[in-house]
Amino acid sequence: MHRYLFVLWRPIQLLPVLFGVSLLVFVMMRAIPGDPARMLLGVRSTPEAIARIRAQYGLDEPLWLQYVYFLRNLMNGELGKSIIYRVDTFKLIGTRIEPTVFLVLGSVLLAVLIALPLAAFAARRRGRLADHLIRLVSTIGLGLPAFWLGIMIILLFSIALGWFPVSGYGSDWVERLHHLFLPCLTVALALSAVLTRNLRASLLVELQTDYVTAARARGVSEGRIFWRHVMPNSLVPTINLLAVNVGWLIGGTVVIESVFAIPGLGQLLVKAIISRDYMVVQGVVLVFALATVTVNLLADLLTVMLDPRVKL
Amino acid sequence: MSAIAGVAPPVRRVLPRGSTLTVGIVILSAWVLVALLCPWIAPYDPIAQDTSATLLPPGAAHPFGSDNFGRDILSRVMWGARVDLQMCVIGVALPFVLGTIVGALSGYLGGAVDTVLMRVIDIVLAFPFLVLMLAIITILGPGLGSFYIAMALVGWVSYARLVRAQVLSLKHRDFIVAARSLGYSHGRILFRHLLPNALTGSVVFAMSDCVLVLLSGAAVSYLGLGVQPPVAEWGVMVAEGQGFITTAWWITTFPGLAIVVLATGFSFLADGLGDRLGVRP
Amino acid sequence: MTLLQVSDLTIEDGAGTMLVDGVSFSLEKGEILGLVGESGSGKTLTCRAMLRLLPGDGLRIRRGEVRLDGADVLGYDEPRMRALRGREIGMIFQNPASHLNPVMSIGSQIAEGRRIHFGASRREARRDAIEWLRQVGIPDPARRVDNYPHEFSGGMRQRAMIAVALACEPRLLIADEPTTALDVTVQMQVLRLLRDLRDRLGLAVIFITHDLGVVAQTCDRVTVMYAGRLCETGGKREVLAAPRHPYTQGLVTCQPSSDGGAGRMITIPGQPPLAKRFPTGCRFHPRCGHATAQCAAVQPEMLPVAGSGRHEAACHHRMEGTRAGRDHVR
Repeated sequence: MHRYLFVLWRPIQLLPVLFGVSLLVFVMMRAIPGDPARMLLGVRSTPEAIARIRAQYGLDEPLWLQYVYFLRNLMNGELGKSIIYRVDTFKLIGTRIEPTVFLVLGSVLLAVLIALPLAAFAARRRGRLADHLIRLVSTIGLGLPAFWLGIMIILLFSIALGWFPVSGYGSDWVERLHHLFLPCLTVALALSAVLTRNLRASLLVELQTDYVTAARARGVSEGRIFWRHVMPNSLVPTINLLAVNVGWLIGGTVVIESVFAIPGLGQLLVKAIISRDYMVVQGVVLVFALATVTVNLLADLLTVMLDPRVKL
Repeated sequence: MSAIAGVAPPVRRVLPRGSTLTVGIVILSAWVLVALLCPWIAPYDPIAQDTSATLLPPGAAHPFGSDNFGRDILSRVMWGARVDLQMCVIGVALPFVLGTIVGALSGYLGGAVDTVLMRVIDIVLAFPFLVLMLAIITILGPGLGSFYIAMALVGWVSYARLVRAQVLSLKHRDFIVAARSLGYSHGRILFRHLLPNALTGSVVFAMSDCVLVLLSGAAVSYLGLGVQPPVAEWGVMVAEGQGFITTAWWITTFPGLAIVVLATGFSFLADGLGDRLGVRP
Repeated sequence: MTLLQVSDLTIEDGAGTMLVDGVSFSLEKGEILGLVGESGSGKTLTCRAMLRLLPGDGLRIRRGEVRLDGADVLGYDEPRMRALRGREIGMIFQNPASHLNPVMSIGSQIAEGRRIHFGASRREARRDAIEWLRQVGIPDPARRVDNYPHEFSGGMRQRAMIAVALACEPRLLIADEPTTALDVTVQMQVLRLLRDLRDRLGLAVIFITHDLGVVAQTCDRVTVMYAGRLCETGGKREVLAAPRHPYTQGLVTCQPSSDGGAGRMITIPGQPPLAKRFPTGCRFHPRCGHATAQCAAVQPEMLPVAGSGRHEAACHHRMEGTRAGRDHVR
């Protein structure tokens, strides 16, 4: 199959997974004890509202039919109303999604900016002190809880040094960047620990390969060998790793947004869980799942583009 | 005379071989000891409040300081080791067992069973780990028990995939074919012959999984959805201390450090074990 | 005019064992020299040393000279070595699949040499790459220049690797068992290609192999190594027809005959020695049917065999017996 048809085919292959995701969310919501109608509407609800809800969600119908209603509602962008905020969940998510997206993107960018040079530095100086130090630091980095690290970073950069705001999101572009830097840095530090370790290992493997020996035998300089031969070969497994970790990361925003009081989806989720705002919980979980699936899809496509050996 | 050109210098051993594993074991053992002996070595009762000694900075009476209830942070950190270690053990053991069974069956039986189970794995993996855990905890209500159940329902996936891959590659090896030709039952083959060989990778992975479970459990507790106060658990303690960060930094800092040290111990253990057994996690 | 003169090349490992001991040979322009020996005989190490690309675990060139056109390469600093690698001395390898970068097109890998050693622009280098693919006999080179290594068949890959090496226009090519991993028919094609290139370009080749059949077909002269030392050297015909060193005699005898033969296959009994346990004196003496006390005590020198000036052997008993035969091997 032509390489670029894959771009069209792959999303289609994901449909069963998306169905499964929606089914799982549906089952989880139904598993919550209590009357679904009251759950959807909250304690204060009129009989008319209840009747309307029962019709819309088919709550008197058999369970499988309820799932169909659920899917239909999903397709219409109908995710129910938030009990706490009293607005449409869909709209609510819409207002909160921006900070989370920037947080994720910023963290990934920072993490790559940190990890790539560190891994390259360590791999080219294998066995020397710098390498051991970098390995040690990145192993310790694996064990840093993001929520605690965030607080420590606030302590240092916001409170002690006063360089950055303690929390919140800010109102214009510049302020937003300023507010997001520390949260992104926190996540990036944790992510770069994993990335550094893996990229370094990958680079070391590639440095031992035959084609590197052959390139040396042709007089190719060490620098060119590293950046033009070894790095591209190391990137493919790293991209896959990154994709998996972005899944973690998206989940991690839940915690980070709470630490830094950023009005994003993560904070919304936590508050909704605590206040039993189930429609919001459902909506946010679905959005997160969709985002994870999309990221993995992009990683697949990127892998196909970068590695000519991948069979489709 | 001539230099060896263009090739990496031989790896000089800065530390003796196997030191990673040793350090990991030392750290872990230290914490296990603390957890076991805390009734005798902790200077104070972890939940005893002392209104006359609130928010004291680290000093002679309270090496790690005290919090806003006058509780000794050092003792709470020590007692917290019990909870956090327990979290790691159960939080890893449940997914390990569940995932191994599912993965072994999936790999061994193949066919429709395998396809369905792989799809299920794909679906579970479509959710960010923490988000799915929180969703399950939403249903079950907050608490440590809910955390364990959520962990089991979400964490089995990694083990299932590892074991499945191993079983698939070992399934057709000679010693298994020999066992089949001797007429051994499938169950016997699976459990007594295949699994012991397939589990090495999982065991090493379990060590690094402990890091994950520890961090997840602490995070969930930090959010208020896991271990509930006044139980001393490191994540909860970090949350409790956050409000006092400007006035009493020690309340948050020390429990967090404890997490880092224990997690690093697990990481070293995982690395060291992996090196020893020749497994790349 | 001697292109390459290797004198007394000695390589030792971290423990002081001489893995390559006092190896000397020469190569003329346009000559194909077969370097024969079992695995572990030091033939690859010798050639890697010429490029100063020894594997890094403690191996060192202890002494010796490698003179290319009179200049001793072993004294060059690293930038000069880089200029020499590929451009003066090129190398091709046994397994083309692993020695080509899987994520770079063949064209890029050929072009790289052109750009590094000749300062060619991207466009020029690509044109050169297509031309070199044509030179090595790859059909439809304009299209294949953008293919990746895995899209070539085994024989084509080996040709592509030859193109990658030759695009740097070396005067000397080290071919490290380039045909060992190939089918017999493909082997023939690659050998023919190498001879062809030698004829057209005046390329000198060191052909490392353990296969005397290849030597017979392709090489002009042959040098035999055993356990890091030279055993015998000379013109192909003389050495193969009348080997003087018992090891060479054994190798010649062991060649399966082309008519299938009858009876059991002959092998040289015993194993080559481990580096840590090199025997004293002549390193072959434990496996040699003619060994005497002198052989165990004194290392034999490479000395001419009666009559022929170019044919030399390192054996105390090189003057005795001419025919290869079973009784020469214990």
